[in-house]
Amino acid sequence: MAFDEMRDGELARATYAEITEWVERTPLAALQEKSAEAELLFRRLGITFAVYGEGGDPERLIPFDIIPRIIAASEWRSLSAGLEQRVRALNAFLADVYNGQRILKAGIIPASLILENEAFRKQMVDFTPPGGIYTHVSGIDMVRTGPDDFFVLEDNCRTPSGVSYMLENREAMLRLFPRLCARHRLAPINRYPEHLLATLKSVAPEAAGADPTVVILTPGSFNSAYYEHCFLADEMGVEVVEGRDLVVEDDRVFMRTTAGLKQVDVIYRRIDDEFLDPECFRSDSLVGVPGVMRAYRAGHVTLANAPGAGIADDKAIYPYVPEMVRFYLGEEPRLANVPTLLCEREADRAEVLSNLEKLVVKLARGSGGYGMMIGPHADAPMRAEFARRIAEKPGDYIAQPTLALSTVPTLAADGISPRHVDLRPFILFGRSEVTTVPGGLTRVALRAGSLVVNSSQGGGTKDTWVLEDAAPMSQDMAPGLMTQTMGGMTQILGGTR
Amino acid sequence: MLSTTAECLFWLGRYTERAANIARGLGVASRLASLSASLGEGAEWRALLVASGGEEAFAERHQEAVTQEAVVDWLVRDPDNSSSIYTCFEAARRNGRAVRTALTVDMWSALNDSWNALRARDLTQVDGEALPEFLDWVRERVLLFNGAATDTMLRNEAWSFVQLGTALERADNAARLLDVRHNMLAAGDTAEYAQWQAILASASAGRAYQWVYRDRLAPQRIAELLILRPELPRSLVACFGRVSELLDDIAAGQGGRRGECHRLAGEVHATLRYARIADIFEEGLHVFLTRKIERAATLGEAIDAFYIRGAG
Repeated sequence: MAFDEMRDGELARATYAEITEWVERTPLAALQEKSAEAELLFRRLGITFAVYGEGGDPERLIPFDIIPRIIAASEWRSLSAGLEQRVRALNAFLADVYNGQRILKAGIIPASLILENEAFRKQMVDFTPPGGIYTHVSGIDMVRTGPDDFFVLEDNCRTPSGVSYMLENREAMLRLFPRLCARHRLAPINRYPEHLLATLKSVAPEAAGADPTVVILTPGSFNSAYYEHCFLADEMGVEVVEGRDLVVEDDRVFMRTTAGLKQVDVIYRRIDDEFLDPECFRSDSLVGVPGVMRAYRAGHVTLANAPGAGIADDKAIYPYVPEMVRFYLGEEPRLANVPTLLCEREADRAEVLSNLEKLVVKLARGSGGYGMMIGPHADAPMRAEFARRIAEKPGDYIAQPTLALSTVPTLAADGISPRHVDLRPFILFGRSEVTTVPGGLTRVALRAGSLVVNSSQGGGTKDTWVLEDAAPMSQDMAPGLMTQTMGGMTQILGGTR
Repeated sequence: MLSTTAECLFWLGRYTERAANIARGLGVASRLASLSASLGEGAEWRALLVASGGEEAFAERHQEAVTQEAVVDWLVRDPDNSSSIYTCFEAARRNGRAVRTALTVDMWSALNDSWNALRARDLTQVDGEALPEFLDWVRERVLLFNGAATDTMLRNEAWSFVQLGTALERADNAARLLDVRHNMLAAGDTAEYAQWQAILASASAGRAYQWVYRDRLAPQRIAELLILRPELPRSLVACFGRVSELLDDIAAGQGGRRGECHRLAGEVHATLRYARIADIFEEGLHVFLTRKIERAATLGEAIDAFYIRGAG
């Protein structure tokens, strides 16, 4: 039985008291009307998720559910402390595997797991990025199974997306339900772009001076997250560039502008490592910037996230993250991992193969919910197929128990019913501070019973509310508005002083 | 600003303006066709086709005679016509989407709503009785977009490039719209009053004529108003003047960096500023307008060479 975040039996949990009352008071038709309004709003703003090559409309909306997901202040405090700790450990791990490899020498992680991994970039060995920071932006996927049971499902240290939906979802809620929002004390999230820019500027090469030039590098308008790239650029007031807009001369990166070439100091790249630089990685990349790695290694430009950061979020490395926390920080991990079986290990493999009907089997290097099998939902031929694949390439697969992901009530065609959710908070790692805006992106599996929340697989999103502790309100009254004078008399309307 | 961004903004301005001007042209042709049969069947429509620069492409696609139905189909909804209203909106939105960050929310909404509405509409029904309403809608959408830009956009280089596209396209289209009607304005022609009214209406200049001349319509004055009067925002001199002014603004923002496009724009503007309508009529209105259309094209190429292909 999955944990219901809104209710404990028949009773609403304290955080959801207002929401429960609202959902019960509002007729279904009215909620559905609001839902349609939300869709129109997203369509108007052009917040689309591009899906090419599958037929249908390539500019799709990610479904948005109007019932918010709520996290109490105390829960958030413990979560955010855990997230910061985890990201610090992941960053320390990256610094180590590319410089010295103490953790391999200490025998904590098998060297073969790292050195033979595709995500390990030899080009990064013996190179220290500015500030020693690799994971400037990370997204840690969390799931909940009980009142105090949060687990990390996976780490995303490459180019995690979804933060624009987090921000736009809040905007939509504020617009659609201003009174409902006002009755809660919502921790604000709208400073994320400001924090992101500060984080990126903090890691600029020293020669860049006080006001470094930051750009976002996108693979282009055909990329599924293109909207997000533009959104963030817009919010930060920086250029969004494609590979063809950049040129490397004399180990320095420049963008082509109407006024000639302009030097770039920090590149927030939303292009995968493989496509970043055809001189260094895949030579057939058309979206990259030839020579950008030379400029990076020469210290003339900073790349965020650092190339090779993907080794830290590899699913085969994931089981070792709690050990990393102990090894690098000398602390006990605050966030728990989901127990994970590596099919590569013989004992684990035997256990996986004899328990396929209970486990979730995933590709160690997959993403987007592709190539996975949820045992309890799979039929016999499917399980046989995965058994065969595991036997063939054990190193490609990991398995985890099927978690009873928590549910939050969600508006469906025939009424309100529970749907499974997860949470992706976004953590910013700058030269002097780690910042996490309260909450993150809640993804919801819209099909009844489904555990797959990925937007490419029929998932939707919800606004995530972290409630602040009550504090006395104070607001200064503004002077009244001046109106047109008649006969020399100034009229003040609504003034109190 | 990025050269690629400038390119998209420039063409965003051009395509939105072009959509409105095609609607203007269609509006005049449709009105004139219903007023007079003196020009003979299809003459109005053929003239419009020539002015839109698509006669050859049209002939390849339409073997049949130049009829109202065929021309409306070609200019309103044909996706193979690179200057149909449908294609213009599509291209404008595509350019706008590529530089979403450089647009304000209001501009984007105007652009995106137009495209979504156009796509949802059954364009095969846009004909005959339904045509004027549709053409008005197109003009209103473009007016809304221009208004959103004027009211909300930062006055920086992005603004200048959108405006530059709009101004240059308007200059080109104004010359073309007038050129279609050069016969009606030529000295000694006995065109109807209503035809002159329609020409003025294509530039939204009916009332303006009365304010400037306070007299009955006369062909030379109509031509003078639409070509040489700087106070009319759609006159040739006003459009080319605006192009020149915008190029100067951009140059000023870049520490005075200038090129051939600046010289050309200044030259075209100067010849218009100091021209006399009597001389133009003496030389021939058609010859004069054709040269301006060619100038607009050369200027477009020079802007492209200097700001878009020029860097790096």
